[in-house]
Amino acid sequence: MCATCGCGDDVGVRVSTGDGSGASPEPVLDHQHLHDGGRQQPHDHAHDGGHDHVHESGQAHSHAPVATIALEQSLLAKNDLLAARNRGWLEGRGIQAFNVMSSPGAGKTTLLVRTIEELGSRLNIAVIEGDQETSLDADRIRTAGRPAVQINTGAGCHLDADMLRRGLDALNPEQGSTLFIENVGNLVCPALFDLGETAKVVIISVTEGDDKPQKYPHMFMAADLVIINKSDLLPYVEFDVDQCLRQARQLNPRVEMLSVSATTGVGLDGWYDWLMKNANAPAVRAGAATLPDGVRV
Amino acid sequence: MHELSITQSLVDAVLDCTGDRTVTGVNLRIGRLSGVLPDALRFCFQLLAEGTPLAGADLRIDEPAGRATCHTCRQSFILPDTIPLCTCGSADVEITGGRELMLASVEVG
Repeated sequence: MCATCGCGDDVGVRVSTGDGSGASPEPVLDHQHLHDGGRQQPHDHAHDGGHDHVHESGQAHSHAPVATIALEQSLLAKNDLLAARNRGWLEGRGIQAFNVMSSPGAGKTTLLVRTIEELGSRLNIAVIEGDQETSLDADRIRTAGRPAVQINTGAGCHLDADMLRRGLDALNPEQGSTLFIENVGNLVCPALFDLGETAKVVIISVTEGDDKPQKYPHMFMAADLVIINKSDLLPYVEFDVDQCLRQARQLNPRVEMLSVSATTGVGLDGWYDWLMKNANAPAVRAGAATLPDGVRV
Repeated sequence: MHELSITQSLVDAVLDCTGDRTVTGVNLRIGRLSGVLPDALRFCFQLLAEGTPLAGADLRIDEPAGRATCHTCRQSFILPDTIPLCTCGSADVEITGGRELMLASVEVG
């Protein structure tokens, strides 16, 4: 448990499918990449190595010589390996996955709900929602008529590749579908964790201030698309769209940018064009507006 | 607070390699542009190493500076922060160092 921000390990991560009676999220296996091998368990190693000076007095310094083992491996190697596995799984099924990140309240879910409503007949959309607690966002997606799985990270502040894998297992998205992964609202931590997604979409709302790219450079450097949301509020706030664009491009010259209002719909054509281009959308599914029975999870 | 997850990956990676052997030292390379704070990582390491053969290990962190090369004026320079901008005014800059997030080596007793 981190005393700095309250973020913790992910023993408490839960994945809920929302099926049946809307039962409370079912607990899942302890997060094995964090707790495998029972290493957290009661000091079964500590007394071997920690107290060797109090053993037989004459041999107190008979340790084996120190050996250096060169490893030269990335600290994110395990996550990156799992992400590569997710990427292969998704590609093999022709699924385009978009990792949607922003600070809390920037409008991720609102944008996704509107996208489902307006593009649902052209894209077969499914959603994996990440939040510390509650299934409120997944409920909104299901109400909009699409399958959704909620991942509750407990004290965790981001999704990682292992959580996504478990979300995919629970959601089982259809071949050729478009998957949105709504990350935990946070402009810091999710930037470092590859999930195996097709592209990263970062949303910033005009009420947050136009200096966010400078303040949170890692997130904007990682983005493939930056969406400036809540443009309908521009008359009421001091937000310089051009300044924000300049900052983001300075960090990430290749990034694409759009200004939209998910509430009024202004600018959403650009978002839909981007999605259709990047989703490599298959032809319109027959009867796509209505999900067959049993698809909702 | 991604450092906790990253530190858990570190502890797992070391233990995968060293098993039950007592680890006396861990050497990391955490670049200044990596987005990971060494102090936070040290804090997490103390917590997560507890009860494992890494408990009490000396955690040494090399922090290479950010480095970049400007495609406009061709100079290589130290990058003090994540904004890739050359003193010549060009933003056509390639970051060449400082993003390392590496477990370099471990020492076992």
